[in-house]
Amino acid sequence: MIGALLPPFLPASIGGAIEFIFEPQSSNVTGGKKVGGLEQVIELTLNQLEVTLFALLLAIAIALPVGLYLGHRGVGELFAVGLGNVGRAVPELALIALMAAVIGVGLLNLTIALAVLGVPPILTNAFVGIRQVDRAPVDAARGIGMTEAEILFKVEMPLAVPTLMAGIRSATIAIVATATIGPIAGVLTLGDFIINNNVYGDNGLLAGGILVALLALTLESLLAWLQRLLTSRGLQLSAA
Amino acid sequence: MRNTTQRARASVAVLLALFLSLGVAACGSSNDGSTEGEEGGGAIVSNPKNGKVSLTIGSKNFPEQEILGEIYAQALKAAGYKVKSALNLGSETVAHKAVKSGQISGYPEYASTALTSFFGLEPEEVPAGAQAAYEKANEEFEKEGLTAFPPTPFASANAVGTLKKTAEKEGLKTISDLKGKSEHLSLYGSPECRQRIDCLAGLEKYYGLKFKSFTPVDIGLRYKVLETGQADLSILFTTDAQLSAEKDKFVILEDDKHVFPAGNIIFVSKASTAEKAGPDYEKTIVQVQEGLTLPVMQELDARVELEKQSPAKAAAAYLEEAGYTK
Repeated sequence: MIGALLPPFLPASIGGAIEFIFEPQSSNVTGGKKVGGLEQVIELTLNQLEVTLFALLLAIAIALPVGLYLGHRGVGELFAVGLGNVGRAVPELALIALMAAVIGVGLLNLTIALAVLGVPPILTNAFVGIRQVDRAPVDAARGIGMTEAEILFKVEMPLAVPTLMAGIRSATIAIVATATIGPIAGVLTLGDFIINNNVYGDNGLLAGGILVALLALTLESLLAWLQRLLTSRGLQLSAA
Repeated sequence: MRNTTQRARASVAVLLALFLSLGVAACGSSNDGSTEGEEGGGAIVSNPKNGKVSLTIGSKNFPEQEILGEIYAQALKAAGYKVKSALNLGSETVAHKAVKSGQISGYPEYASTALTSFFGLEPEEVPAGAQAAYEKANEEFEKEGLTAFPPTPFASANAVGTLKKTAEKEGLKTISDLKGKSEHLSLYGSPECRQRIDCLAGLEKYYGLKFKSFTPVDIGLRYKVLETGQADLSILFTTDAQLSAEKDKFVILEDDKHVFPAGNIIFVSKASTAEKAGPDYEKTIVQVQEGLTLPVMQELDARVELEKQSPAKAAAAYLEEAGYTK
């Protein structure tokens, strides 16, 4: 059904890709050893998830505190928003090659390179989210004697959850999709199926694409669910 | 370190001049057998008849291939053809499909790669001689409606490389010497090396080696991982400029069991395209590759990979220095 909708010149088939995901297939260049199959798919998926998680945590650890602080103080708009725009233009491959000279290739290199991708949306959204919070409850909080930290964590942050989470969600999608370049930086991720066309063939290539897309959608739904849990009931009502 | 490199680079340039003149002078007497009737060297003559023919020259997307693609494209342009280029095909599988479907007119392929990757030969089955490998590949290509032109003088192969000091410390001259030592040595190579029978899979199967680890990296980092000490061993190419420019630093281990078949470049086209393009097509391609000996190819790779020239510029300089264009 879906296969019929694909352009006829597409060399791989959905059926072939699905078969590749579950059953090892023969390859022209491996000297008879089969490639693909569920075992390898699981291994590469776990690697991709691992590096995504590390990079996301690193990006959050760097960007969230800075964004929250600047947003609360209302300073550094040029920095927070400007960085968000510039950060999207960082060439990942060049970054990996540059860091290869200093820290070598491998998990650390890739984690940092991907975190760089995740910092801008989280930072910008944290800043904007906090700035957008209605001034009336903030003034009220200050009026009843809350400390600045209490205002940030008990008033501003809960009210900014949807915007904060939107930043984290963008960062996650960017990171998990880009983690596909892992195999050229020493980490075997699902990109292996996509980069090594000679080894895995077109079915492997399509399978890799499908798996990365599924992984991104899964993470996105998980985070959407988490966002609902974190958003205060009052905000949900007003949004509805 | 920079000074050493520059000095070595200067000597390679001198070598290049020497080899170019030798190569051009000697090609008449070379026993290749493929170029009879050619006057060797000589400038390419533009034929107005060719102006009606449009060609798209392809290549894979790494420096040596891009240089070769540029050399052929610029030479064909000099012969009067209308030439476009597509020098960024991601893999031999993609290039093979593109030429079969007519999206590109032709592209340079390593004869060994064609035989192992397209026609299912094991590395040990690849004929050792350039002419024999070419004939075998051409036979297979013809079954698919493709045709290949005679091979370049230079051949390229993968190789296990290491720092000279590592080779000395571990007592490594051949890949067989790795037996019993590879367990504590790390190997880095391109992502697809891991599963290819003419790469890691072959080292494991034919040499019985197990490495401490295999790490996939971008081809562009193959020397950097050795220099930074991350890799004990790295998969290099025999045409790499670094091997001649920095002889005191990098060495390759002899492939005594022939897991890495050497491949000369053969230019692959659709038979019907070659026919339509007329006799100047094959003549020009075979003519301009005569100067492509190993030292010359290494020098051209050096200009692009080490000096960061564009492949187009390096190719133009080659064609001019060898007297093919003015």
